[in-house]
Amino acid sequence: MSCWETIADYGLRSIGIGERVLPREGFTLCQQFTLIGSGMIWNIYFGVLALAAGFFLATAVALGKASRNAVIRKASAWFIFLFRGSPLFIQFFFAYFLFLALKPVSPIFDPFTSAWLGALIVLFLNTAAYSGEIFYGALQSVPRGDIEAADAYGMSGWSRFRRITWPTMLRLAWPAYTNEAIFLFHATTLVYFSGFPAWQQRGDALYYANFFADKTFNPFIPYPILAFYFILLTLCIIGLFGLINRRLNRHLPQETRARMKLKLNVIR
Amino acid sequence: MGLYWSFGTVLLLLAITAPAALAFGFGGASAARSRIAPLRWLGKGYIAIVRGVPDIAFFLFFVLALDIFFEWIRHEIKCPDWTDSIWQGNDFVVCDIAKLPMNNAPQWVHETYGFFLAVLTFAIVFGAFAANVLYGAMRAVPHNQLETAEAYGMSRRQVYWRILVPQMWVFALPGLSNLWLVLIKATPLLFLLGVEDIVYWARELGGAKTPRFTDYPHGDWRMWYFLGLLIFYLAFTRVSEIVLDKLMLRLTHGQATLGGETQRKAA
Repeated sequence: MSCWETIADYGLRSIGIGERVLPREGFTLCQQFTLIGSGMIWNIYFGVLALAAGFFLATAVALGKASRNAVIRKASAWFIFLFRGSPLFIQFFFAYFLFLALKPVSPIFDPFTSAWLGALIVLFLNTAAYSGEIFYGALQSVPRGDIEAADAYGMSGWSRFRRITWPTMLRLAWPAYTNEAIFLFHATTLVYFSGFPAWQQRGDALYYANFFADKTFNPFIPYPILAFYFILLTLCIIGLFGLINRRLNRHLPQETRARMKLKLNVIR
Repeated sequence: MGLYWSFGTVLLLLAITAPAALAFGFGGASAARSRIAPLRWLGKGYIAIVRGVPDIAFFLFFVLALDIFFEWIRHEIKCPDWTDSIWQGNDFVVCDIAKLPMNNAPQWVHETYGFFLAVLTFAIVFGAFAANVLYGAMRAVPHNQLETAEAYGMSRRQVYWRILVPQMWVFALPGLSNLWLVLIKATPLLFLLGVEDIVYWARELGGAKTPRFTDYPHGDWRMWYFLGLLIFYLAFTRVSEIVLDKLMLRLTHGQATLGGETQRKAA
């Protein structure tokens, strides 16, 4: 079987298109590359959606933590502590069994027990808490002169937030937020190792890498392939976020622009 | 009963791994700023590789890889006249006496060996993080301090051990305390390494797949077990934060940093 056929058969295996049966023996390098690569679809799906949705909740939580209203402030602080203080792994398990317990209550909860929605919600809340803390830190360090200048222009309330506070906050938070995005993509590998089952062996990249490592008892091929894909993904994220960073900093003189310094990988 | 023991397992893992990772980190950081080029490359490479890849992949990888590595070494030593290749198709075969642990070993040896592999894996991965933190901390010690020490006629080694190492901790502590919190949060991954830890027991005890045939006549309690775990970790995190803050306060005392200066003025 040529490599092109393998790609045709297994290229979209992780979303259920193509050959149903996973290879059983005589695992070729091509098969491993294809299947692990097809698993990456799930990693990207979880990462992109959680990040996009989490961004807005994170802004809200950051504003909430800086709010003058004690109730909102406490609620936001507890939300952040809850998700940053406990292991993501346990959060996945807890959410899965919570949804499982809710399932008999109403059929609405059916999709929540499957990974595509249930795990996505956990990741969404988790990233919102982590980035909320980052945004909160940035919000605290928005220069006072900027706010005073906005006041002098007669801006207040929404327009001041939209035009001054928010862009500055994003600009200050961006390098740290890039890290957060990278961690989030790394964290997506946990999904199929917690409670959430991989239905019909449609798993993410690590699921397939682990599958091959178990079958061949040789970790030296599938895991480096996985690492290769993740390094590629990380480089893409850094490139994309770097572009946004350039845009956020475009009004500043060249030498004061915040340089992206990346610190990689801490477990959640 | 197993559930309570498993909390002990987690605490034991933390107690062993933290110093081990610190030792790995110290070695890595020292190597990374060594004057000998290959040693420096080794240190920097170690830091760079481990930090670039999803950690959970490393946990899965190292446990298998270390197992194979140990068995291979024992194989080379104990059975020198073994002619076949150790890779037979997709199987990894070593001679019987090189198996780790021995096939006829009692159950607890298997469990201890698994635990040992897990500790080693944790130490390697977290050692890289710690190495990075310590490397940064060593560079953060004011250069004048080192130059002054040299002016006093101290050798390179003396400067390192008497000036650099005692002073770097205050710079390293924020990073290390962060790492400690991360380490706490990484312990549930033990479950993936096949050690019977709290996650394993929470799944086992709470589950009710065959409720009629077990001693636990209740519904699905796993949700509550995991809620308990969640609270356990949150409490652990909170306590650690408080203790580390106290430690930071002590370490800042008398240091030539902003924090130390504030303390001096307040006193």
